[in-house]
Amino acid sequence: MLEGITNTVAQHIHTYREVPGGLLPLLHAIQDSVGYIPAEVIPDIARALQLSRAEVHGVVSFYHDFRSQPAGSHVLQICRAEACQALGSRALEAHAKSSLGIGYGETTADGAVTLEPVYCLGNCACSPSVRIDDEIHARVDAARLDQLLAQLGIGAVK
Amino acid sequence: MKLKAFLPRDTTAQALGADQLATALQREANNRAYSLELVRNGSRGLFWLEPLLEVEYGEERIAYGPMTLAAVPSVLEALAIDPAAHPLYLGPVADIAYLKTQQRLTFARVGLGDPLCLQHYRSLGGFAGLENALRLEGQAIVDQVTESGLRGRGGAAFPAGIKWQTVLDTPCEQKYIVCNADEGDSGTFADRLLMEADPYQLVEGMIIAGLAVGATRGYIYLRSEYPRAKEILEQAIAHAGADQYLGKDIRGSGKSFALELRIGAGAYICGEETSLLNSLEGGRGTVRAKPPLPAIEGLFGRPTVVNNVLTLAAVTTVMEKGAAYYRDYGVGRSRGTLAVQLGGNVRRGGLVEVSYGATVRELVEGYGGGTHSGRPVRAIQVGGPLGAYLPQAQWDTPLDYEAFAAIGAMLGHGGIVVFDDSVDMAAQARFAMEFCAVESCGKCTPCRIGSVRGVEVIDRLIARESPREDLALLHDLCDTMEAGSLCAMGGLTPYPVRSALSHFPEDFS
Ligand SMILES: Cc1cc2nc3c(=O)[nH]c(=O)nc-3n(C[C@H](O)[C@H](O)[C@H](O)COP(=O)(O)O)c2cc1C
Ligand code: SF4
Repeated sequence: MLEGITNTVAQHIHTYREVPGGLLPLLHAIQDSVGYIPAEVIPDIARALQLSRAEVHGVVSFYHDFRSQPAGSHVLQICRAEACQALGSRALEAHAKSSLGIGYGETTADGAVTLEPVYCLGNCACSPSVRIDDEIHARVDAARLDQLLAQLGIGAVK
Repeated sequence: MKLKAFLPRDTTAQALGADQLATALQREANNRAYSLELVRNGSRGLFWLEPLLEVEYGEERIAYGPMTLAAVPSVLEALAIDPAAHPLYLGPVADIAYLKTQQRLTFARVGLGDPLCLQHYRSLGGFAGLENALRLEGQAIVDQVTESGLRGRGGAAFPAGIKWQTVLDTPCEQKYIVCNADEGDSGTFADRLLMEADPYQLVEGMIIAGLAVGATRGYIYLRSEYPRAKEILEQAIAHAGADQYLGKDIRGSGKSFALELRIGAGAYICGEETSLLNSLEGGRGTVRAKPPLPAIEGLFGRPTVVNNVLTLAAVTTVMEKGAAYYRDYGVGRSRGTLAVQLGGNVRRGGLVEVSYGATVRELVEGYGGGTHSGRPVRAIQVGGPLGAYLPQAQWDTPLDYEAFAAIGAMLGHGGIVVFDDSVDMAAQARFAMEFCAVESCGKCTPCRIGSVRGVEVIDRLIARESPREDLALLHDLCDTMEAGSLCAMGGLTPYPVRSALSHFPEDFS
């Protein structure tokens, strides 16, 4: 498993090592194909880009997007920003947490879904908004969220 | 029957089910043996009507919205008999008051057709500004931009011409144009709409900027929260390159400009220009001290223009129609048009491009039609998470940078977020501090630590243990953040906090 990852990462490193400022595109590429940035690959990245391991780790940990652990099969992001707050996103957050039985940054025990906060999806005229993987959904209340999750085969924990 | 129809494929329309509708429309049309040509256009920005279906009818385009799956058969039925005889019928699109009364310069083309069709773009004046620019010296282009009075749309409202002049005047073999497409402010979506509905306008604006200052490379730094804009921009850049608008020898002019799309990684602070540059260089998105100005030492230490999406887009209008044309719109030192974004608890949310000078009330009550919930409007936050909350007494303030500064508020990127009377302003003030704590780049103490303390003080204030002391402490903290922060993240977070405190004190007691 890890060997497969190392090969994939090696290919991405090859693509981006000469690109000016290529570390972010490289990390995105790794996360897109592997699902997260395994700690094991940080030394390889550092060596190829002539950075210290601490620098690479510093970049990975600075950005909310980069994960050091695999996420669930689906990632649910709930917008926490003001426009969505104005239409009830606080209640939606509470509903999501209690029905999935997890908090932000956590994954359900069956590995189905990871819950994350997001600060604005640019869909502020039709709040509240959520993002599930690469799809954005508008005007999402608790019932609609349950419906969207049910379509992915995800039910409430209770 | 033959039909030509338009259904948007931008984020908002898709988030409201436009793709499922498109499938249903095709299927239902086939069932009826109609020949349907369905164009996936960009949204007009009338988001409260999305998904908005437009159909060519005689010389006009008529509209139905907000469309639902259930209405697909009956709309097709109506089109065959009497188009107006349908409850979702809105009349000719061009006559919808919300749209008709706007002054659309930058957003004139959105929604008219396929955003990625170059021929469509050219047929509506696209690349005319670039053609003019290709005939001019860099200085003459910069002069036009300076004369137009164009100010940066990213928030700070710095005159674009002055920035460009600095880059032009700084000799260097490699200069850069960086488009700030990080659009992190809650309540804003104008950059996204432009990139999704008229992407070539941004490409054109960036090429013009490159010609003006002598930069041959450009980057668009797009936030990762915009997957649809990413797809569309990738294709737009590829098409523009294939048609010789990018790369070496632009349209046979001998000039060159290479453009690359880069994706952010979920950090609000990366919208701040120096943090953005660090991020583009592959580092942590920490803020740099200024000077040096990015115009002199920017990306990779080279002279760099950093401009917002809408600033760069507006340049195409200036170069197509002239500086005077653009300057004629606006009031005072705020020239041109402002892309107002109405969001939050508003009945008719969407994009409203109007001349500077309209009032907040005209936007929220007039265009917006009050709240979505139907309850009274109580507070309006303008300018994103660092913007002040305005009470009713301030709603007659005109949309003008100086008028906003005069009331201790900020216009920012033009986002207007409406709250009804169920809002708890203490919770909003707390959120402002919390957001700053989450998104601080960590470089300076007043912002990094002050925001965490701010959350704690507000919590105590709400608990009413020793309100007088805590209130004094909170003001003191705000003073320190305002005076001691390196950038506007820590420096402006006190705006929403203090405005909530001073205009809505009852929520804290
Ligand atoms: C915390 C913070 C966040 C910012 N976010 C953005 C942003 O998302 N988009 C943007 O264009 N400018 C943003 N800015 C403003 C930029 O620093 C900069 O002024 C702008 O990109 C310059 O372009 P303009 O002159 O065309 O506005 C932000 C500033 C700060 C302090
Ligand atoms: S004010 Fe905050 S975000 Fe800005 S430089 Fe200081 S720590 Fe960073």
